[in-house]
Amino acid sequence: MMAAFILAFSLLTLLMFFVSYCRSLTASSLHTSITEDVRDVTGIQVRAAGRDYARVVQIPELCPDRPEDRSSLQIVGAYYSFLNLLDQGFAKIFPAVRAWAEEERAGCAHFAAVALGRRIALNREMLAQQIEL
Amino acid sequence: MPSGIALVIWIVGMGAGVCFVTCSVIRTSFLRYFFLNLYIILSLFSDLLRQFVLRFYGLESAQYTYAYYYTDCLLTVALFVAVISLASRIFAELNMTRHVRLVAVLLLLGTVGFSYAVVAQSAHRLVTVFAFELSQNLYFVGLVLTYLLWGAILKLQESRTRVVQMVLSLGLYFSAYAGSFALANLAPKYVIVQYLGPILGCFLPISWALTIMRHSEDSRLTTARLVAVPR
Repeated sequence: MMAAFILAFSLLTLLMFFVSYCRSLTASSLHTSITEDVRDVTGIQVRAAGRDYARVVQIPELCPDRPEDRSSLQIVGAYYSFLNLLDQGFAKIFPAVRAWAEEERAGCAHFAAVALGRRIALNREMLAQQIEL
Repeated sequence: MPSGIALVIWIVGMGAGVCFVTCSVIRTSFLRYFFLNLYIILSLFSDLLRQFVLRFYGLESAQYTYAYYYTDCLLTVALFVAVISLASRIFAELNMTRHVRLVAVLLLLGTVGFSYAVVAQSAHRLVTVFAFELSQNLYFVGLVLTYLLWGAILKLQESRTRVVQMVLSLGLYFSAYAGSFALANLAPKYVIVQYLGPILGCFLPISWALTIMRHSEDSRLTTARLVAVPR
């Protein structure tokens, strides 16, 4: 009984810390605007929407990656999947969950778009170095 | 636990620890986060010592039991000090560092006293059980302190990205560890449960290393964005 209670409590706090940790990752990119290059490639007009995420994360796989971004993108990817599950599972019972999840997914898409911008910049730099050589 | 998988987890844990300390040195943050580094360095040495004792004396030996529980106790004290070092950073702006340290010392002494009182009933058990009891109680105090620290971060609108992410990593670690202990009690027959503890041990140095590498000391974020359910 006690073990079950501890398990339930720790799962709840784990969830809370996981959401906060992921939000701290996405929040770190909020002050960075999406570059013109990324807008051209992804078709994002003004602000990234949740549905843009799947498209944005496919593009970085086409060019050499930045190891610094790899783990963050994986964690944010897990968070995005969690939000999708939440949306599918609870949105019918609690409509407010849908709006919240959509806003969070937009944050994930923005984070991925900013990471893509950094990757494009890195690729341009590498190309410039190769031309110099 | 099959030795192959245990060995892989052990190597990953050691690598993660070395990675965190190296990242701290490279980013000139070793002294700034000294107690976090100290905890990781001690855990590396503990792991080496346990492996050494295990190879020479075997899993069932009294030497391994002593080495395991006393290093575990030492690591819990080091983790407690690491949590306090983060707390004094958060409360530094309110000029409460001295108060935080005083509370920390009182908590530590209180926990030692309580643990002693629990095991003092039978003198023959004192040596073997005291380390385990202290480790368990101090772990619980650390867990509660981390939750309180997270509350303080939100209340005081702490915006330093590194500090926030390090506390969040600690919260994740403590919650997952408590959950794995509870799961081990509820379903001890499943082999996967045995892997959870060692795997979680790798999480803390990995997440701290990522934080140190990804963000500079000047990096800031909006605390209001962090609350799981916005008010």
